[in-house]
Amino acid sequence: MNNQTIIANGLSKAYGDKIVLNNIDFATEQGRIYGMIGPSGSGKTTFIKMLVGMEKPDTGSVHVLNTPMPNLEVLQRIGYMAQSDALYPTLTGKENLQFFASLFKLNKHEQKERIAYVAKLVNLTDDLHKKVTNYSGGMKRRLSLAIALVQNPEVLILDEPTVGIDPALRFQLWEELIRLKEEERKTILITTHVMDEANRCDFVSMLRGGSIIAHGSPQALKDQFDVETLDEVFLHAGRTSI
Amino acid sequence: MRVIALVKRILLQIRRDKRTLALLFFAPLLVLTLMNFVFNGNEIKPELGVVGANKPLIEQLEAADIIVKPYEEVADIKDTVKENKLDGLLQLTADSFILTVTNDNPTIAKMIEMKVKQLLQLQAQPSFEQAEATNQLAIQTDYIYGSSETVSFDTFSPILIGYFVFFFVFLISGIGLLNERTTGTLERLMATPIRRFEIIAGYLISYGILAFIQTIIIVLFSIHVLDIILVGSIWDVLFINIITALLALSLGILLSSFASSEFQMIQFIPLVIVPQIFFSGIFPLEGMADWLQGLAYIMPLYYVAEALKGIMYMGLGLSDVVRPVLILVAFIVCFIILNLFALKKYRKL
Repeated sequence: MNNQTIIANGLSKAYGDKIVLNNIDFATEQGRIYGMIGPSGSGKTTFIKMLVGMEKPDTGSVHVLNTPMPNLEVLQRIGYMAQSDALYPTLTGKENLQFFASLFKLNKHEQKERIAYVAKLVNLTDDLHKKVTNYSGGMKRRLSLAIALVQNPEVLILDEPTVGIDPALRFQLWEELIRLKEEERKTILITTHVMDEANRCDFVSMLRGGSIIAHGSPQALKDQFDVETLDEVFLHAGRTSI
Repeated sequence: MRVIALVKRILLQIRRDKRTLALLFFAPLLVLTLMNFVFNGNEIKPELGVVGANKPLIEQLEAADIIVKPYEEVADIKDTVKENKLDGLLQLTADSFILTVTNDNPTIAKMIEMKVKQLLQLQAQPSFEQAEATNQLAIQTDYIYGSSETVSFDTFSPILIGYFVFFFVFLISGIGLLNERTTGTLERLMATPIRRFEIIAGYLISYGILAFIQTIIIVLFSIHVLDIILVGSIWDVLFINIITALLALSLGILLSSFASSEFQMIQFIPLVIVPQIFFSGIFPLEGMADWLQGLAYIMPLYYVAEALKGIMYMGLGLSDVVRPVLILVAFIVCFIILNLFALKKYRKL
């Protein structure tokens, strides 16, 4: 059986003259966490949107769970968290969760159970009845994450999930991501700016100017460039590729 | 199922937004009431000075809602009119009538002219014919539409009702979907298994429900409180207005895809909404240049006005307004299809 959950082949995209992605190959396996790091404007978000089928590549193809994207059935099995919080501010946290949950095939009972579970996971149980307008930035981020998890997807694609979240909660979230990976064998792909988070991924891809300039496990990357930190890897990899 | 979820969510959002609800339901009533006052104002009684008139003529003039001020002799006509602030002066001599009107307000001038001419013709007749016969011949006016009570507001109020339904639904639904675009939730929806037509259907149904309630309120208010003339069936009126609402809805959400902010949405009002009122029949089309008249045929509100005026004022049934209704439905279908294409920029499916 094929363990590969996401396969991207030769993805390229340009807006006019500006090349956003340049011939990117990428693949993931079940039960792993993949980190995507790179400066803003390096094409991370465009890449992620292509995986979900929201952006069409100029060339190349994306397969998720052995199905070419975009595909509505597969979207049911992907949890997506956008970089900006896409929430309905006049609704309460619970109403937001209920709305998104009802877009997926969940029965009433499952829905209730999942909402309670994800709310607890992101520490929002006590704030669910509040309107999202009154949420802090971090709370909105957490609610977005809860929404990404609500249909219990096999593949999680999270675009900068920990921005604006305090260190204690960030720690807690990572514990949970690792639990999801180990116990539920989920595929998790996250983009991040924080090198410490990249260190906790099984594999890291470094993106710059639309190309992957380095890819491997954090330790392998450090060994490859003979440095102590991923920051240094990024600097060295950038230099050699230019 | 997903459509229902979307409908529930949109209605919940609107319910939380009290101001928008008020705008949707009460603003049209306010504007209609104001227009009713403006156009239904009591007729002005013009003041007419009369020189050398006999008593019956003065009485007849007074009966025709003219305030008559008899003068024995007038030296300078202009001065007399100015000093006494008259709207006109009628001089009768043995063989001629001279009517001088101020004409600072053409409407009043025309009115005096018309009334005086009518009366003088009546006066003139007895000299040739038998007096008794003419008294019975007193002019009888028949009206094809409306009655002697008809005021101009009656003739274009049906158009206004359709117009308000169109305007408010257009604005609110357009901004509704626009908000979903600008806050990123529309894009977020595209990462769920929802289909494009489900999004359009969700919007059409939820705002359709609101528009339905709005239409009922406006129509009932117009007919029962403002006493706007309704000859045809109220159900037909509701039906046409629902069509109008769907039209506004599909056009509103379509245009919202060409706007990147609420401000830009508002900019569509002078482009899309205002021109339509000129061609909807409030101003007579016949007086316009041919090519301008042709423009009316591509304006959806022209057909709304045609249907509503037919039902409310002329008492036609639905079967008599099939043509405009079908054209409206064609507009709606067209806009919905364009909407599906407009959403394609987010996702192919």
